[in-house]
Amino acid sequence: MSELNGTAGPAVEVKDLTVQMISSKVPIVSGVSFTVDEQQTIGLVGESGSGKSTVGVALLGFARRGLEISAGSVRVGDVDMLTLKGDEIRKARGRLVSYVPQDPAAGLNPAHRIGTQVREAFSVHEKLGKGELAERVSDLLAGVNLPDSKQFLRSYPHQLSGGQQQRVAIAIAFACRPRLIVLDEPTTGLDVTTQRRILETINELARDYRASAVYVSHDLPAVAEVASKTAVMYAGRIVEVAATKKLFNEPRHPYSAGLLHAAPSAAEANRLVGIEGRPPRPGHWPQGCAYAPRCPRVQDDCLRAMPELRPLDGGSLARCLHPIPAAAGGAIQVTAAPTPQRLDSTALQVEALFADYSGKGVLREIGFAVPRGECTAIVGESGSGKTTLARCLVGLHSSWQGAIRFEGEELRRAAAERDRNQLQRMQYIFQNPFGSLNPTMTVTENIEEPLRHFESLSRSERRQRALGILETVHLGQEFADVLPNRISGGERQRVAVGRALVVDPEVLVCDEITSALDVSVQALLVEQLRDLQLQRGLTMVFITHNLAVVRSIAQNVIVLQTGSIVEAGPVDRVLDDPQHPYTRQLLEDLPTLEPGEPTATADSAG
Amino acid sequence: MEAGQISPGLEPKASGRGGFSRALAERPITAMIVRRSLLGLLTIVMIAIIVYAATTVIPGDAATAILGNTATPGRVEKLRAELGLDEPVLTRFWNWATDAIQLDFGNSLSGGVAQTQVGQTAESTPVTALVGERIGNSVVLVAAAAIISTILGLITGVYAAYRRDGFFDTVGSVISLVASALPEFVVAIFCVLLFATSVFTWFPAISVLAPGASILSEPEKLVLPVLALVIVVTPYMFRMTRGAMIEALDSDYVEFARMKGASTTQIAFRHALPNALPPIIQVVGLNLLFLAGGIVLVEAIFTFPGIGLLLVEAINGRDVPTIQYIVILLAVFYVALNIVTDVLVLLVTPRRRYPR
Amino acid sequence: MEAGTITQADRPAPRQGPALGGRVRRVVGDALGTWRGKVGLALTLIVAAIAFIGPFVGPSSLALEGAPFEAPGGAAGTLGGDALGRDVLARVLDGGWRILLIAGAATILAIIFGTAAGVVSAYRGGKVDSLIMRSVDVLLGIPQLVFVLMLLSVIGAKTWLVILSVGLSQAPQVARVLRAAAQDVSERDYVKAVAAWGVPPRTVIRRHVVPSLISPLMVESALRLSFSIILVAGLAFLGLGTQPPTADWGLMINENRVGIAANPWGVLAPSILLAALAVGTNMFSDAVARANLAGGRTGDPSLDLFVTASADPKDAQPLEEVPK
Repeated sequence: MSELNGTAGPAVEVKDLTVQMISSKVPIVSGVSFTVDEQQTIGLVGESGSGKSTVGVALLGFARRGLEISAGSVRVGDVDMLTLKGDEIRKARGRLVSYVPQDPAAGLNPAHRIGTQVREAFSVHEKLGKGELAERVSDLLAGVNLPDSKQFLRSYPHQLSGGQQQRVAIAIAFACRPRLIVLDEPTTGLDVTTQRRILETINELARDYRASAVYVSHDLPAVAEVASKTAVMYAGRIVEVAATKKLFNEPRHPYSAGLLHAAPSAAEANRLVGIEGRPPRPGHWPQGCAYAPRCPRVQDDCLRAMPELRPLDGGSLARCLHPIPAAAGGAIQVTAAPTPQRLDSTALQVEALFADYSGKGVLREIGFAVPRGECTAIVGESGSGKTTLARCLVGLHSSWQGAIRFEGEELRRAAAERDRNQLQRMQYIFQNPFGSLNPTMTVTENIEEPLRHFESLSRSERRQRALGILETVHLGQEFADVLPNRISGGERQRVAVGRALVVDPEVLVCDEITSALDVSVQALLVEQLRDLQLQRGLTMVFITHNLAVVRSIAQNVIVLQTGSIVEAGPVDRVLDDPQHPYTRQLLEDLPTLEPGEPTATADSAG
Repeated sequence: MEAGQISPGLEPKASGRGGFSRALAERPITAMIVRRSLLGLLTIVMIAIIVYAATTVIPGDAATAILGNTATPGRVEKLRAELGLDEPVLTRFWNWATDAIQLDFGNSLSGGVAQTQVGQTAESTPVTALVGERIGNSVVLVAAAAIISTILGLITGVYAAYRRDGFFDTVGSVISLVASALPEFVVAIFCVLLFATSVFTWFPAISVLAPGASILSEPEKLVLPVLALVIVVTPYMFRMTRGAMIEALDSDYVEFARMKGASTTQIAFRHALPNALPPIIQVVGLNLLFLAGGIVLVEAIFTFPGIGLLLVEAINGRDVPTIQYIVILLAVFYVALNIVTDVLVLLVTPRRRYPR
Repeated sequence: MEAGTITQADRPAPRQGPALGGRVRRVVGDALGTWRGKVGLALTLIVAAIAFIGPFVGPSSLALEGAPFEAPGGAAGTLGGDALGRDVLARVLDGGWRILLIAGAATILAIIFGTAAGVVSAYRGGKVDSLIMRSVDVLLGIPQLVFVLMLLSVIGAKTWLVILSVGLSQAPQVARVLRAAAQDVSERDYVKAVAAWGVPPRTVIRRHVVPSLISPLMVESALRLSFSIILVAGLAFLGLGTQPPTADWGLMINENRVGIAANPWGVLAPSILLAALAVGTNMFSDAVARANLAGGRTGDPSLDLFVTASADPKDAQPLEEVPK
């Protein structure tokens, strides 16, 4: 533990960090440079494939299997992590730099008790007597609001909740008072309230222990809550660095702007602006700017050579030859989202629905109406029963009682018992794009499947319909005869939407269909669905846990808490003036892009 | 957050279930033993039915089938009476089963029927005695092979995982692939050729003993049979151990331990190995099961006086009661082994041992 | 949002033709690209060739040419004489095809029964599943060889019974593997999606579950064949297969054991062939298993279909996908 009293220069300095594949020497991350001041938290933001997580672990001198750190330096205090070898780097990890993993359940050893694992955080680095060790453990656990009782210490990770597990991981990371903490998407998979508490804990601890932190995430609002400075990554490089507030209000790089305008907001119902196409894969990086193929501001010189990361007026750094002008506020129009006409008729009616899952009650006394032609969102955290509800609606889950009426006709419990006509008119889309398409069939074959079952068409007629649907979901003809494993998650979800639409349904039940997607891809899908809904007069039931997306796409919302409806009504009313404490809590805990007050000290960039 | 609040899993369960099932829920080990034992009993019963059916019911007139076409009618009648073949099937089975539970499997039929090529068969001794005098040798054989192959397999497997993709690992994987594919009687033959007759003559090619003697009295006759079994079984142990260790070493928690600064040895033995134990234990169990079947051919080749050879002799001599007894013994062994394995796995898997 | 513009085609050429056959071809092709696949297939084919062509090219396998256990190169032939003075080489050439045919038939039986049981069990679930799996467990409680011996004990080694018993002894394992694979597939969302349209279970299994089972099926088939061959040869060794004086590898090993010191070839030749065959089929099965796992090369978890435990987890690394 070195002291750094009034030394000029940042506490952490990363220069030209490059990580490549061992076998092919293909770079995954290239020329990454940034600095972190003492007690500052910097956000490292990017979508999947950007390399942000690779950078995160590289800060500990670590490269995942098949990768090696080939260039650059990571200076923490006086020590360059990348020059350490063997025992030295082992000592530095945990003591100088520590790490909080994305999935705490996976990060904690299932065979070790909690006490053992926390104690190990110390014993690996320092020799402490029993009494002193116990005291340090106590203090540490108190700092993350966990008990230090014998019972707790003797428990195993699987006996703790997700939030508790993550707090243990955070405690372990802070144990030896490191100079730098790397947090790798630490709140993924946690519900909104737990996430808020974790973010607060992280802020407190960073302050108390005077540590610097790098917060890796794809979740922009969460980053806004903890980081005073933010770096945006795209295709293995940093494309913009700026003070967080400045970045979010005045992004200079077109990609940063794209990300911000794709992010939904719970405060206003705007059109989301996604980014078409996909980022280049390692080994396929283009000659010029990596973002050029998708950039609305692209010009000829962008294609010739990769721009350098250079300082701009206003204090940001951006890797762009034609950055967005400073006061332009992102240069993308923010338009209000169009809403469908009120039809005043009910498509689906649910009454007194009770459902259970292998004996345990999951839904209690559910009753609501889904207006025709509108989008009704069903919101809840994990365990609220929202997916079960969606499955009951389409008959995928059959152990329920009560009544579900579709256009006045009562529906049977299981899909197998329902009328073919009813089944055709109500279609379901799954959450996971990687599992919902048959991997042994091509895209068009997947889309044609429901046609085979519901309609009697000739082979060429079926293919025509399938190709037509591809167009509707904005996928070019080159996707037609490709296997699903060749296309990205967002594209697969579009195929799934196409498959649902090809039989001309009236109701679409969408089960968390954007939860597994990057924010820019989610925006594309949401807007596409909105357009389709308006064009075809579809009724949508949209399941999600994300209140911001609800604002963007739904006209009505139903809030579920552990199996019961706690609040329901028009989206504007519920989100602007929530009545139930649970709804209020959800909205309060939701991270937003405009936090109340800045959460860290100086607003300096670079 | 309310400091001091413990997670739900640690509070006493306020369950509305009955006392007995609640007690079982809180003692997963006992519950498992009870459940598996009941299932195991059922399995043994089912196997007994299959055994009985296969050996006496299905072949039509079992007595003629057993004695062959050359038997005199008088002998056939006698055998029929002895096996109770005149009575209805269910009665027969019931009598047989009740006798079996009291460990009376009847007498060996081999007296007076065609002899096998090697070994002696007893005249009308109780089957249980016949098996009893030989089973000790088989146990020694299986135990020796099991212990050696487990230790060898564990050490090589852990090391290969530790130094993944190294020379030892690559060579080891190839050797294990070849060795585990070889049929065990071919391996036994090679052992005989190599060590007993043609290349070296260190060990005897045959392991005949005086009737009733224990193999431990002449251990040099144990070496080659054990070697043959070890060669076939160790590669599987190696591969599974290696696989389990690699999976543990690739896990997130090992990565996290590395981030904490744990050393490689600590990682391998404190972090990875405890999590690799469940599959390893299961493999050891599977190996034992395999060995129980593998001894048949190996004992036949070495004329090793164990129950494998006895089974072969009984088959050749159509000695139905002996066949029945041995198969049922093996079944009981299988069931008991499964229970033990499952309990051990439970003990080393905290997630199942201490449910939420 | 305006109509989507597709970015750079770093998109490979679209695949024509049925995706299913393509996948099988791809997996087998990948398997044959590895040395294990090549060596395994080569060994298997060589031994199979010897077994099937041998009887036509070799001299008589029954004729008494020379003295018992005569050394090679004498009157008995290139590999010497067997226990009765017959030409070992001739008998070796004639001694394989019966084993292969019987083992092959038994494997087919095992695959048919095992697959049917496994798939039905997985898709139906509930009581049917419990019943089938309980039966499988019971059958697995008796070691394979012992099981077959027991079935053959009273009636004797009739060919049809051998095929039936060996097949029956292998079927439970196939059922287990296929059930796990089918269950895995049945739980995928794309199968549930089809079920949500009200498609009858039979059709769902046929169109959506079975095609994904082809790969584990290939692996199991090769593995079962390997075991069946060993079993059938072992039975012959114990006198429960082909009867003398017919030539049979397993039988030969037993017949010529006595004179192993005088002329080892009587035992060595059939042993080597059996070993080569077993190793070959096993290796090939292993290669296919790995190729199947590596089908996740594109980083697509939905292609990680179930594979038998012999597959090495090390080969499951995606080869070119980006870590996050």
